[in-house]
Amino acid sequence: MALLRCRGLRKEFGGHAVLDHLDLTVAEHQVVALIGASGSGKSTLLRCVNLLEELDDGTIELDGEDISDPRVDPDRVRRRIGMVFQAYNLFPHLSVLDNITLAPRHVHRRGRAAAEVQARELLDRVGLGAKADAYPDRLSGGQQQRVAIVRALANSPRLMLLDEVTSALDPELVGEVLTMIRDLKADGMTMVLATHEMGFAREVADEVCFLDAGRVIESGPPEQVLGEPTQPRTRQFLRRIIEAGRL
Amino acid sequence: MTLLDHVPSEAQLRRSAYRRRQTVYSVLVAASSTAALGTLLVIAVTGAPGWDRVRRSFLDPEIARDALPTVLSGLWLNVRLLVCCAVGALLLGLVIAVLRTLRGPVFFPVRALAAGYTYTFRGLPLIIVLYLLTLGVPGLRLQGMPPVLVLGGIALVLTYGGYLAEVFRAGIESVHSSQLAAARSLGLTYRQTMRHVVLPQAVRRVAPPLLNDVVALQKDVGLVSLAGPIDAVRAAQIATAQTFNYTPYVVAGVLFVLLAIPLIAVTDWVTLRAAHRQSGG
Repeated sequence: MALLRCRGLRKEFGGHAVLDHLDLTVAEHQVVALIGASGSGKSTLLRCVNLLEELDDGTIELDGEDISDPRVDPDRVRRRIGMVFQAYNLFPHLSVLDNITLAPRHVHRRGRAAAEVQARELLDRVGLGAKADAYPDRLSGGQQQRVAIVRALANSPRLMLLDEVTSALDPELVGEVLTMIRDLKADGMTMVLATHEMGFAREVADEVCFLDAGRVIESGPPEQVLGEPTQPRTRQFLRRIIEAGRL
Repeated sequence: MTLLDHVPSEAQLRRSAYRRRQTVYSVLVAASSTAALGTLLVIAVTGAPGWDRVRRSFLDPEIARDALPTVLSGLWLNVRLLVCCAVGALLLGLVIAVLRTLRGPVFFPVRALAAGYTYTFRGLPLIIVLYLLTLGVPGLRLQGMPPVLVLGGIALVLTYGGYLAEVFRAGIESVHSSQLAAARSLGLTYRQTMRHVVLPQAVRRVAPPLLNDVVALQKDVGLVSLAGPIDAVRAAQIATAQTFNYTPYVVAGVLFVLLAIPLIAVTDWVTLRAAHRQSGG
């Protein structure tokens, strides 16, 4: 059954269509990688799914519920979706532990003690237990991004949206974040990730979607889209990636 | 800083010795130029033809001693009023700033009122607000009218609340939208986002300018004396009228500066700490 179904999404910014009749279906436990050049609409798509942007057309269904209906309470929808940003977006005035427990305590009304036990457990699992009381600016980029992922997971989301989560990282820090995403896949988490890491997309994704000018112009298993693309735009994009040494 | 087991090179030793010499030289230059300027000022002031008359009418130690108790008791009023008005104005400013950020058609009248308030009271001279409240409002002869001092305090809170609201608003707007996106995507409501993510960061960022306005408020609380209550400046004025000597004003001025120093020091410290945090990374 489809966990997420986007149909005919359209989003305009200043008279320019960033998403243009975009369709996307994600089944439960499936990992979908969105690839494509900068400005192809990957980030906008993720922000629309999380209702951070208002759609100009189309519908989004989560668990069969039309969440693009304006009568739907967006806060209630977002509780079921975890989102991780390229720039981490941790709260600089809160410790790692408070960053993670903020939503469990205030959104899910869990007690402070219970929320902290859960947060420490999650941190231990990703090897950041010792950083619980540190402030974000004392952490490396890789550590900050892993905390951001833990923060999203503390809400027990149905779906994770990862927006180029390794793009701001130094090359030697990318691995630790990718390992974490691999573990999430092993746990059966449903994920949509926008990425420039083609090797990683090939390894972890069940399906790769190539976006161009706000549309999915090619999608399928990673071997097919990344190995034998049928669309000329996809071939051109992959050729440039290979030239840049990213595949 | 070099580690203990590091033996500095020949070049580094030469550089250190040079820097030490430079430091000694700079201290000597600073000391001599300060001394020269100080001497020049003293000669210029005391050598002026009217200096003796000025000293007698502005710097009479006996009159200063006599005036000190009444000026001090006036200053106590300034201090109390300052504390109450600062707390009141900060709270009012914060509330107004938050109201101005509310979105949605329901809040239109609230937003409009808040905006109108900041426009009006930042434009209106404090003295006019003071007269309207302390002289105009009692004229209504309503039951349970608060004393003039409270009305004057309200005038100060209203005026400074307008300034502080704009400082708070600047702080709120300085919090990057990605912080809001992160908070909302965790499922926090708008109110929770303001309360737990935006306001704590905003207030920390604008603490220095807020305190700066409190320092300015400290000087303006004395204006309530226009409506009757005797503050430090008014007490000095009364003493001056009795002796025909201006020394009490100087006493009041010195006391005001002494009162401001701790507040200004705190402001500088907060500013420094904020700057350090920004660059400390």
